[in-house]
Amino acid sequence: MEIVRSQRKSSPSNAGVVTSLPLYRSAPPLEVRLEDFELFATDRLRVLKGISDGLSRGKKPDEMERLVSDLWKANMRHPLTSEVVNKDIISHFVLRLVYCRTEDLRKWFLSMETSLFRYRFRFENPEAQRALMSEFDLPYRVVNNAEFEIMKEKLGQVARSIVQPLPTADAIFYKVPFEEVPELVAGRKVFLNKGHAYVAMNQVVSLVATQFRSQLSKALILTNRKWTSTIREQEKDRLAPIVEALCTSYLGPDYSQPREFAEISLKDIDQIVKSSFPLCMRHLFEKLREDHHLKHGGRMQLGLFLKGVGLKLGGCTCILESRVLEKENISLSPLYLYRHTHHSILSLVGAERFDKEYSYSIRHNYGREGKRTDYTPYSCQKIISSTPGVGDHHGCPYRHFSEENLRAALGKMGVNSRATEDVMDKVRNRHYQLACTLTFEALHESSCDAGINHPNQYFTDSQKMLQLKNKSPA
Amino acid sequence: MAGGEEEDQNGRDNMVIDGYELETPELWQGKTIPDGFNANYLKVYYGKLFPLADIFKWMSYGNDGKHPACDPSYFGRREFSFTLDNDIYLRFQSFNNASELENSIREKCPFKIDIGPVYSVDPAKRHAYAQSGDNVFTPVERELIFDIDMTDYDDVRYCCSGADVCLNCWPLMTIAIKVIDIALRDDFGFKHILWVYSGRRGVHCWVCDVKARRLSNEQRAAIADYFRLYKGNENNHKKVSLMGPALHPFLVRSYTEVLKDFFEKKLLSVQNLLSTEERYEKILEMIPDESITSELRGKWQNNRRSSSAKEDINVVRWEQLKHLLQSGKQKAQGLRRCVEEIVFSFTYPRLDMEVSKHMNHLLKAPFCIHPKTGRICVPIDPNHCEEFNPTTVPTLCKLLEELNDSGLRPDVDREWDETSLGESIRLFRSSFLQPLLKSCKEEMENSYNVKLQQSKNTLSW
Ligand SMILES: [Zn+2]
Repeated sequence: MEIVRSQRKSSPSNAGVVTSLPLYRSAPPLEVRLEDFELFATDRLRVLKGISDGLSRGKKPDEMERLVSDLWKANMRHPLTSEVVNKDIISHFVLRLVYCRTEDLRKWFLSMETSLFRYRFRFENPEAQRALMSEFDLPYRVVNNAEFEIMKEKLGQVARSIVQPLPTADAIFYKVPFEEVPELVAGRKVFLNKGHAYVAMNQVVSLVATQFRSQLSKALILTNRKWTSTIREQEKDRLAPIVEALCTSYLGPDYSQPREFAEISLKDIDQIVKSSFPLCMRHLFEKLREDHHLKHGGRMQLGLFLKGVGLKLGGCTCILESRVLEKENISLSPLYLYRHTHHSILSLVGAERFDKEYSYSIRHNYGREGKRTDYTPYSCQKIISSTPGVGDHHGCPYRHFSEENLRAALGKMGVNSRATEDVMDKVRNRHYQLACTLTFEALHESSCDAGINHPNQYFTDSQKMLQLKNKSPA
Repeated sequence: MAGGEEEDQNGRDNMVIDGYELETPELWQGKTIPDGFNANYLKVYYGKLFPLADIFKWMSYGNDGKHPACDPSYFGRREFSFTLDNDIYLRFQSFNNASELENSIREKCPFKIDIGPVYSVDPAKRHAYAQSGDNVFTPVERELIFDIDMTDYDDVRYCCSGADVCLNCWPLMTIAIKVIDIALRDDFGFKHILWVYSGRRGVHCWVCDVKARRLSNEQRAAIADYFRLYKGNENNHKKVSLMGPALHPFLVRSYTEVLKDFFEKKLLSVQNLLSTEERYEKILEMIPDESITSELRGKWQNNRRSSSAKEDINVVRWEQLKHLLQSGKQKAQGLRRCVEEIVFSFTYPRLDMEVSKHMNHLLKAPFCIHPKTGRICVPIDPNHCEEFNPTTVPTLCKLLEELNDSGLRPDVDREWDETSLGESIRLFRSSFLQPLLKSCKEEMENSYNVKLQQSKNTLSW
């Protein structure tokens, strides 16, 4: 915090006013431990993703205010009070690196950080707000007394129209180009005259947020230049992999360990696919059944999901094996498959091909071979950002299916036509996870407030809900 | 391909005079021009009347000059799009200068010319830039535009519906022009505003100040929302709700300076808004007080005797309604607001919001000809928009007849001067183009001086 506060040239009027809201003007010359680098960033990302989710769900301003406050409290704490501000600053600058790299990433980060700033600014008391205002060194003129007298009637009219107290003689108004406060213009919340908006003191958050946004926007372009010209190369073994992984990182619960409902026997699997698999996995499963084969992307996506669902290595291989066997016209009862070691089955289908195509992929999923990494099940974000090619069946159906195919698939799942329209609406606005959430809600006839962020979450939530239904008499 | 279409056109359209040639309008001498709209008429229009040089001057915004601050690529980055006969639609056309534009228009003879934004790079070469990855092909400048269409007013006019307009409903457009024009100037501080008749049933507005051209989509949306009164579903204009204990000064001014008078002195009578039960019920529906509506209904249901023949029944009933709603101190504030809500519902401008919100929306160029009506999209003077009459706007045929009657003149440059298009072109120049170019020149000079100053500063460091 030292760093940021010492930059502030406080004017006499607001000397001694303490605000905990930094403006992130320059990167802190702090020593940051590598673990903190990633940890802090992840915590902040949870806040930003929460905001993004709230906004796309159309939460109202007061709901958003509560949401932001809760998210901040939940994620941005630090056991040492002295470290709280450092965590704030460090996490912001790490995420700048993460989100400076493409236009889309910058856009997202810019709008989430600005929203965050806007709400945090509103939590500050008036003195702190004024102190922050002077930090920004806004180029706007305060309306003087003579002008105020002339405009008083109109300013009063605006105040009454938005149910605010009438401005008193000592009220502060800023006169700014209307372009700087689009949201106040849009809501007719300011008086406009000859291209100038008269912004009341309690509306300055819009002004400050616009400034914050434009400064951060410029800073992100600079960071991007630095990233491409030096940092990426210099840090290619240390920070770069973390940075690159962070923006696609999934922040929900860990689904790499099988969950508790995972006692799935093979004979139940078809029923469970129908009731509790999200569309992406259901589609892969059906394709596997139809074609007895999936390309690499699909095998990874489905395999890791099944692993998360709790099918143990043997069991998981068995499903795939039984599909292979079907293709070879060899039918065995599932139970038989389940109990037998896969060596005996392998000999039936030709060990070579099996090894190459399936077994390796599955072991790969489980981290036994290859890079020795324990692969974790793919999150929605990762699935949405994948790029399936011809003959691939992985990816997110809400994003990658044609409208026609998606409608058909939803119909087949049993989503009614009204809910389908709602889903399609989200799809058109590119809220794929919300589309999936609405599908979930339609099929389970109950709400899913947290939203769907992970196929395995879809699965566990669904199972939970079904168990609940089975217990309580209808 | 173009040649093939032309043949097709000739074969299909037997109104075309055989052997007709562009250069010999005297062929028509003594005959009337056959009514209608076709490629051959258009060719004459584009060749002799369409003020192409003015459009070029306008779209160049001073960048076609010799000043060192001129951007010679500016005009070439503007998207034009042509709608040809048979609805063939050519997007992303671009031209480096006036003669390229002219040649293309003469060759293709578009039924409609649309103007899009100025892009970061030549829109015709956008594919070449697409490879380089980082979004280089993007709109960078665009006039702030508004599109107001009479079809959006079908629930408040009883004279026509759909594409038709008449002098009884046109005042709705006049109101829209006045309300928007005053706000654009007084509230937003814009100066270079062009209003154009859309050729059939609406008006377009082009705000061309440099500040307007550089607005972001977010800022455009903010302006559009500032004008928006109809909440909820954008397709449903019917519900006006004036919330809050007071109206914003913009709405107050619109009401007192434009809406109220037009409603009471014009629309009420010409549209017969209260003359029949069906119509007054629609207005009574907007009053939430049961006792007032039944009192009015009682008065109106059998009052044939009570009102004298001289008085307009609509006016009489409106005064009764106002009297009941506005007098009486026991009445709640909400009921007084009712009068205003009714007036706003029947008069307030209805914008096509999406057109204004995005930089890359296309809009039909002024002086195009509407293919259905044959009328020219002429500019409208906002200061005298009450006088504008859509039913007397020159048509293509009329212009060609006038051209024919005036005979061949040696100077082909100002042939439009002899026709009824002359007045429109003079208006375009004097009230829009000349002041615009003057301020473009000044701005160019200013920004150049600032740059010079800055470079001097950096040198002295
Ligand atoms: Zn009419």
